[in-house]
Amino acid sequence: MDKVRGQILCCGGTGCTSSGCEEIIKEMNFQLKENGLDEEIKVIKTGCFGLCALGPIVIVYPEGAFYSMVKKEDVKEIVEEHILKGRIVKRLLYQETIADGDNIKSLNDVEFYKKQLRLALRNCGVINPENIDEYIALDGYKALAKVLTEMSQEDVINEIKKSGLRGRGGGGFSTGMKWDFTYKAEGDKKYVACNADEGDPGAFMDRSVLEGDPHSIIEAMAIAAYAVGADQGYIYIRAEYPIAVNRLQIAIDQAREYGLLGKNIFDTDFCFDLEIRLGAGAFVCGEETALITSIEGHRGEPRPRPPFPAVKGLWERPTLLNNVETYANIPVIINKGADWFAGIGTEKSKGTKVFALGGKINNTGLVEVPMGTTLREIVEEIGGGIPGGKKFKAAQTGGPSGGCIPASLMDTPIDYDSLISIGSMMGSGGLIVMDEDNCMVDIAKFFLEFTVDESCGKCTPCRIGTKRLYEILDKITKGQGTMEDLDKLEKLCNDIKASSLCGLGQTAPNPVLSTLRYFRDEYEAHVRDKVCPAGVCKDLLKYTIIEDKCIGCSICAKNCPVGAITGEIKHPFTINTDKCIKCGVCEGKCPKKAIIRK
Amino acid sequence: MDQKTMPFKGTKEQEEKLLTVIAKHKGEKGAVIQVLHEAQEIYGYLPIEVQKIIAQNLGIPLAEIYGVVTFYSQFSLNPKGQYQIGVCLGTACYVKGSGDILEKIKQILGIDVGECTPDGKFSIDATRCIGACGLAPVITINDDVYGRLSVDDIEEIIKKY
Repeated sequence: MDKVRGQILCCGGTGCTSSGCEEIIKEMNFQLKENGLDEEIKVIKTGCFGLCALGPIVIVYPEGAFYSMVKKEDVKEIVEEHILKGRIVKRLLYQETIADGDNIKSLNDVEFYKKQLRLALRNCGVINPENIDEYIALDGYKALAKVLTEMSQEDVINEIKKSGLRGRGGGGFSTGMKWDFTYKAEGDKKYVACNADEGDPGAFMDRSVLEGDPHSIIEAMAIAAYAVGADQGYIYIRAEYPIAVNRLQIAIDQAREYGLLGKNIFDTDFCFDLEIRLGAGAFVCGEETALITSIEGHRGEPRPRPPFPAVKGLWERPTLLNNVETYANIPVIINKGADWFAGIGTEKSKGTKVFALGGKINNTGLVEVPMGTTLREIVEEIGGGIPGGKKFKAAQTGGPSGGCIPASLMDTPIDYDSLISIGSMMGSGGLIVMDEDNCMVDIAKFFLEFTVDESCGKCTPCRIGTKRLYEILDKITKGQGTMEDLDKLEKLCNDIKASSLCGLGQTAPNPVLSTLRYFRDEYEAHVRDKVCPAGVCKDLLKYTIIEDKCIGCSICAKNCPVGAITGEIKHPFTINTDKCIKCGVCEGKCPKKAIIRK
Repeated sequence: MDQKTMPFKGTKEQEEKLLTVIAKHKGEKGAVIQVLHEAQEIYGYLPIEVQKIIAQNLGIPLAEIYGVVTFYSQFSLNPKGQYQIGVCLGTACYVKGSGDILEKIKQILGIDVGECTPDGKFSIDATRCIGACGLAPVITINDDVYGRLSVDDIEEIIKKY
């Protein structure tokens, strides 16, 4: 590598790409060249830093200055002031990183990062994911070398078992056991596969790992292949993630070029190669048997288990299937040892978990914390709380398969088992925060709409049951529900859970059950009082003008698309509720905030 | 639905491209989905005429090809607009009001989700989570991404196209 005196890291994750990092990088290179600095300062496009809310993000080393929400116009200033004259551009710094005087805090002291422990995300935002040398410089492929030259297949499996690692895709099954089953299964050919079909809405941790550190997945899959005796691997990835697909392909090509994929890796007998398979937009394909059917090129419908994929998977051969984040932990476990890994987390959930923080929270983005961290720590400390001084209502984990956790359970330490005991689940790690303006019946309906749409239709309880659930919820949000409907909901939920073929149907009722459990009062308000306490369900809303506040300016009447507002100038106006379509335009336009909805 | 189907207007060049794609993947295990992805890139959608070519040349029954095309939401039997608007309805976007944004776009363009404006300029899709949750609510127009939106921004954005 050439000698450089400084590096500029620009986040190239999907979040920052969406907020325009490509332009920033182009401008950065241009400005450096203009100032004759392009030889001594290197611009590196990295993976996700996690703080997507503040993108595009630029970090300048050696100082470690963390610039947030950088615009193209700011680049010139960063180069001329900071790079050329050594004066940090204070106005662009992430507020939290400014310490007393002119000093800047290390990122590890910032609230957002302080409580985090980045294992799966260890290289994200640190290296250039399109350069294999940078991965190798940070112990990359060392674990693979160790496994191939020093460990037997059993050694590897035992090490993973001892680490206590559990599947990060949702179910939480012991990874070591899965490897052991596949190893012991008989077959003339075996496969390893990676589930990168991250379909939970609101979850994007797998994408960030693939975009920020693709080689860690390749290395881990090679280790897994060696352990179970496979020579071919498939990565099944969503077509919705074009950046991840592209970087993964670059990484695979580089690994082949370096002899880290292909024949006789590290001069041993071990041969292994990888192929990418694109999904095409079907949530059910995140289920392991459906994913396998899809890789085979068919409609992605699940199959009954047993036989489990470990025995009969791809093309009827034993197949090991793990999720991206699970794989990302493997090289760390091999390098640092199972005991070290097992020392992190809780008794039954070891290591860390990555969460995608989203919804009504200040620091939206990716966080990785030790298992056992409480929801309160994640939401209030790392996440920086709820914007606009609103009140926390619930946190949703596990996507359409999970549940809503109320404020009273904020101090629950998060691990696989505690989440299940409170009616939710880990899922792949989406964590959506909701405030007082979100209606829980509406949220349950939102998830059911999703599962109705995504149900593959193979088994009846899921295909018809979820549709009926949706219809009852829809009825309730329209103010036509009865108290019997609530009991019917609960019974139907339990029936669907008990009789569906695959994980999609078995968990689809969770959003309904958990909201019924913790927010029954909201359901009852919709049914009995015909009101939506959060003011979301349109059919139950009524807009009214507060007489005392109205100055009779007529702005509302002029903007009303259906002419439902009438009145005399300088006198209070009124809304004809029969005509009103509840579009909310008047509420937004009123200069005196005299229009309320309830 | 009164979906007006546009007559198929595939060119010889497109067909040649498609045949090259098929030749490249023929014999590969489970290649159907990959071929369909590439075919959709060539034609913009997957009308029955294109499916027939694929079926014949891969030696797979048309019924099976059709089954796969209709199973996955990314494959479309109908042509898309010159500008494809995708409104993310993932959870993070939804709790931040993407439902209202979708309504606004439908209202401005006068079409529903999955439809195309009569001039072929715009089509609307309600997409699954695109993973830009940090910028919610988000819409995409072809490759452009617009984040941190409010309903009032929509008219301006559409005017740009």
